[in-house]
Amino acid sequence: MATIYVDGKTYEVNHVNNLLHECLQKGIDIPYFCWHPAMGSVGSCRQCAVKQYKDENDATGQIVMSCMVPATDGTKISVDDPEAAAFRKSVIEWLMTNHPHDCPICDEGGECHLQDMTVMTGHAYRRFRFKKKTYINQYLGPLINHEMNRCIQCYRCVRFYKDYAHGDDFDVFGAHNHVYFGRHEDGVLQNEFSGNLVEVCPTGVFTDKTLKQHYTRKWDMTTAPSICTHCGVGCNTIGAERYGGVRRILNRYNGQVNGYFLCDRGRYGYDYVNSAHRIRTPMRRKSNGELGTASKDDVIGNLKNILARKKKVIGIGSPRASVESNFALKKFVGADKYYTGLSDTASKLVEQVIGILKNGPVRSPSLKDIRESDAVFILGEDVTNTAPMMALALRQSVRQAPLKLVDMVKIPRWHEYAVQDVIQQRKGPFFIAGVAGTKLDDIATRTYYAEPDDIARLGYAVAHLLDNNAPAVKKLDEEIRQLAEEIAQALSKAERPLIVSGISLGSEVIIHAAANVAASLSKEQKRTNISYIVPEANTMGVGLLGGGSVGDAIRSAREKKADTVIIFENDLYRRANKESVDTFLKQFENVIVIDYLKNNTTEKATVVLPAGTFGETGGTFVNYEGRAQRYFQVYYQKDELKESWRWLREATMAAGHNDFKEWDNLDAVVGAVNREAAALRNINVAAPTSRFSISGMKMSRSSARYSGRTAIRAHENVHEQKPPDDPDAPFTFTMEGFSGLKPPALNNLFWAPRWNSVQSLTRFQEEIGGPLRGGDPGVRLIEPPGNISFSFFTDIPAAFEKRDDEFYTVPVYHIFGSDELSIQASWIQELTAKPYILLNRRDAETKKLNAGDEPDVQLSGVTLKLPVKISDAIPQGVAGMPVGIPGMDNVLLPGWVKI
Amino acid sequence: MISILKSLWYVFLHMFRKRVTVQYPEEKNYLPPRWRGRIVLTRDPDGEERCVACYLCAVACPVDCIALDAAEADDGRRYPDFFRINFSRCIYCGYCEEACPTYAIQLIPDFEMAEYDRQNMVYEKEHLLINGEGKYHGYNFYKYAGLEIKGKAKGEGIDEEKPIDPKSLMP
Amino acid sequence: MSETLQHIVIVFGILFGLLTLAAGLIWIERRLLALWQNRYGPNRVGPFGIFIVLADMIKIFFKEDWIPPFADKKVFVIAPTIIMLTVLLSWAIVPVAPGVVVLDLHIGILFFLAISSIGIYSTVLAGWASNNKYSLLGGMRMSAQMFSYEVFMGLSLMGVVIMAGSFNLSDIVNAQENMWFVLPQFLGFVIFFIAGLAESHRLPFDMPEAESELIAGFHSEYSGMKFGMFFVGEYVGVTLISAMIVTLFFGGWHGPVLPPFVWFFLKMMFFICLFILLRAALPRPRYDQLLSYGWKILLPLALLNILVTGAIVLAIE
Repeated sequence: MATIYVDGKTYEVNHVNNLLHECLQKGIDIPYFCWHPAMGSVGSCRQCAVKQYKDENDATGQIVMSCMVPATDGTKISVDDPEAAAFRKSVIEWLMTNHPHDCPICDEGGECHLQDMTVMTGHAYRRFRFKKKTYINQYLGPLINHEMNRCIQCYRCVRFYKDYAHGDDFDVFGAHNHVYFGRHEDGVLQNEFSGNLVEVCPTGVFTDKTLKQHYTRKWDMTTAPSICTHCGVGCNTIGAERYGGVRRILNRYNGQVNGYFLCDRGRYGYDYVNSAHRIRTPMRRKSNGELGTASKDDVIGNLKNILARKKKVIGIGSPRASVESNFALKKFVGADKYYTGLSDTASKLVEQVIGILKNGPVRSPSLKDIRESDAVFILGEDVTNTAPMMALALRQSVRQAPLKLVDMVKIPRWHEYAVQDVIQQRKGPFFIAGVAGTKLDDIATRTYYAEPDDIARLGYAVAHLLDNNAPAVKKLDEEIRQLAEEIAQALSKAERPLIVSGISLGSEVIIHAAANVAASLSKEQKRTNISYIVPEANTMGVGLLGGGSVGDAIRSAREKKADTVIIFENDLYRRANKESVDTFLKQFENVIVIDYLKNNTTEKATVVLPAGTFGETGGTFVNYEGRAQRYFQVYYQKDELKESWRWLREATMAAGHNDFKEWDNLDAVVGAVNREAAALRNINVAAPTSRFSISGMKMSRSSARYSGRTAIRAHENVHEQKPPDDPDAPFTFTMEGFSGLKPPALNNLFWAPRWNSVQSLTRFQEEIGGPLRGGDPGVRLIEPPGNISFSFFTDIPAAFEKRDDEFYTVPVYHIFGSDELSIQASWIQELTAKPYILLNRRDAETKKLNAGDEPDVQLSGVTLKLPVKISDAIPQGVAGMPVGIPGMDNVLLPGWVKI
Repeated sequence: MISILKSLWYVFLHMFRKRVTVQYPEEKNYLPPRWRGRIVLTRDPDGEERCVACYLCAVACPVDCIALDAAEADDGRRYPDFFRINFSRCIYCGYCEEACPTYAIQLIPDFEMAEYDRQNMVYEKEHLLINGEGKYHGYNFYKYAGLEIKGKAKGEGIDEEKPIDPKSLMP
Repeated sequence: MSETLQHIVIVFGILFGLLTLAAGLIWIERRLLALWQNRYGPNRVGPFGIFIVLADMIKIFFKEDWIPPFADKKVFVIAPTIIMLTVLLSWAIVPVAPGVVVLDLHIGILFFLAISSIGIYSTVLAGWASNNKYSLLGGMRMSAQMFSYEVFMGLSLMGVVIMAGSFNLSDIVNAQENMWFVLPQFLGFVIFFIAGLAESHRLPFDMPEAESELIAGFHSEYSGMKFGMFFVGEYVGVTLISAMIVTLFFGGWHGPVLPPFVWFFLKMMFFICLFILLRAALPRPRYDQLLSYGWKILLPLALLNILVTGAIVLAIE
């Protein structure tokens, strides 16, 4: 700690930080542009100038950049000094000489850091009489809009894109006052985190192109804290609505999880909420066999008759439905008749993963822990495509080992360019064992491409080298043994080693091997972490709840003699092969599906009820880490889009069952989960209850400046209606209510007086770049018990032997496309990969195939024509095929294919 | 006591003064051009909509009676997809006009908007948009803005230089 | 038989004329107020806007007659009827022309004083029944105001009674055949005028209503016809006080050329207009000023008036 003096006042600050950081921390407004808490200081914008004095006798002082001065003990500065203030004002004035007259049509307007800083410094009148510089804009893809005229040359974009996210197709060009930020030519930005440019850019050079299609200002959006639904990482987001549709997703800072950034799938995947394929009314199969719209009373009346005979009902939940909905279904049909809705492999593997995390000696890390890891070993996961934000966190981990060098030469870590000068090209140990090349290969120390069993063998070998008690691998190639040794050495030297694996390859042995490596490392009293990637927002949640897989449901349906199946928010055709699902669904008299998007399963339903997405309903998801996080309904809608559990409650109450009578709001359901599901205990801690209030007020969803409330619905009826109440959340649907500093789980708007942009975040953090005020939200449900003896897995597979006529085909994941929901957005479709089959160059040569040829591909009875893609980074005898994307329906991998 | 009688007398004398009442429907009052009455949306000198859907009028409105939704035309111009003013709520304060950066929204000297049905007080864009420039002539926002639209490339606006060439090292 | 018929004609003639006059006063008052404020007043409906009265009546008849759920319902309903009843009853003893009087009581003045005092109950009960603090305050003010001004209202009339030697109003009118009592009893007239103003709680003495402080005071909660009854009660009260002034001080129906009824009507209208002029010209005094003015100035003056009148009458006799 250190004591500094700012304008005669004394502050206790942390000496490891710079003055700007600490002043903002203490609530002192200093304008700045180039500094960013996640990216350090470079001192390029000259905006955070303050006056520093040598001692009490120094009356003259000197102007310094506060972001470049450490907050050492006894520092004496003045922010209000007229000379410093004039300096800051003149900096803005110069920046504004070329800034266009665009604010009314600029999407940044109203949440623009440049606007805020201009007002803060007091620059109000343009004295510069000469012409403005102009630039030609670039096409940067369907997600980002480029308007180069507005640039103020703060360099934040390149620093994020190149230095933080390691993108290589974006840079600064030109010289002197002609610098240009963009790509070398027009084209789609290739980095998966390019959307963050929108939040990183202090003005409107990079704006959200999808928001532009239905543009709304920050103050006009109704917002609620939400959780990203597009992968298992569980990034915190803010859903924003206007006129009945979700208009954009903003990052919601959570120090433990996503921090300052989001991936493009999470930021831009929201459009399924507004999709034309949404189910908005109840539907029933009519006597002519067609599924047609029906009134709610009609459908409930129908369900009443069906559900009155409760014994013959089975239920299939879903990893994209909330914990509450799955729990309700399980409670209604009974544990033996409830299925999680995971595929056979996923179900088995998730069970393994939970077992390892619960009993094993090693902990699952948050993204923050991952960012701080100093040695990484990835087994079988293409992290960039299966858990994008974890990939961004992993990219930061390679800096951890070289940072020790920085500390050694006593350079503060926030001094970014100095730090880069010390680090040079050094990277921490980072090993990838995967089936095909991944986007993280550029930071890897070594990569190893192999068939899943071989990957597992490498893992077992590493574990054995680290701990002799771990089983040894027989018949190991010398080359692989050397690699294993290198990995083992690097891991054992590290202080915070991290093992990353996951269920995406469908391989149990990889999961076991990863567990062995982690367990063998933990013997050495390190902070070892193991992270298993799961694919969907609530895969962990349904895993913890427990139940059979979709395959189990199919196999046991006949013997259970059920005549009714209730399916929650799940497309079974993505979980098992077409024929078996077809026959499965046919044997039921009633197929009741509650979902929000039309899909193959809803086509087969006899009754369809409209569920709500994250926009219309609330609930809890559990992420890969075992962290339960609550998402809140964003906006009110007149269609009856309800939580699945609420539909179930309504139907069962009509049928005369009183199981759910008490469940009149979400709190009651969460309470029941907390009491009755042992694995999910403490889930209620994730967020305050709906009765939470401050000064007798619920929290407001809209900003205090929300406009148009007496005109929005005036065309329907000029007489204004009472705003609806929300029984489930401590939020109102209007601007009425508490709008100050909310509890961290309820932050829905980052705004502070004088800080209209997301830079106002500093006011919401306990410590800048650290936890939010009141602690980062979410509650970890899985915590390993201390000192448990881990018995090593011993199921070491034999080495892979390739076949002549067949290829072992593994799934290849794509950030854009493999996810069921985000693909509904037209802009994501634009970026989605087309179907293909990935082959090793030698294999292609032996098969006499060139890139682009379209051979017949046979896979478990299905024949597809797929163009060939050739790669060196895939082992021989192994092929890769994209999953989840359109045109690849009903492809269940891994498996052997014939070409 | 005397003062009371005096005031009675003076008030009584008002009987013989001239009436100040204007007999409204027959006689009309003079309304100055800047009188704040009915709200209109105007067009720029080229006949295009001036409104760029920036939402500033809506946010300035103290009774929140303006609602609009932005859309973008193929030529790059932004415009309101719908623009609704609920005149049954409007207090004619003129803040919207003050906030408007493009002179699009203007208050004009017309107050005769009484309706038998309150629903008719809700004006949509087709009721608001006029075929003229209103009170402020000659201003065309896009000529000053840096944004590129069809018919005005980068550098062709007022007070704009030709676009820079990032590949050149010349000053 | 014909005498009974005559009586019935008089009773209903006065009642009907009175109610018409009260209704017409709505229009007269608004036109006159406008006249004194350089305006026109209601001039759109019918000739000179006279049919505004009809429009107002139609409106008040068809307005929702709402009783607040928190009110004391029975009392709430009874209150407005009391004021109507008392002012109309008081009118019974006023001689409009020779022989044209509903009830030629020889204790006429006492009857007038007694019945008009009962009118307090109307406002006090209305204020109480409304169950709302402003209404209650209005009611309380009314009772205090009426009690105080009742006292010297009665005393101010004693001079007239002494001079006429009778409580009968017809006798009093006849006693003024040669000289209106306003000349010998000028002080009495002034005191009675002021007290009458307070009695009918007209501006400037409308403390019980006091829109600016008590938001209409005792009748805040009243609407529709019940409010209408208060309204009519007030206007009939104004005509009553004017009629009493004319009868007691200005020779009643006496006057040259024109028939007695017309004289009475003209004189009464003059005072009604004076009431309206007062409303147009004078501000409302503070409540405590009103009471101290009554007790400290008007009461001693009224007593002095009786003393002097009595002494002079005794001396002459």
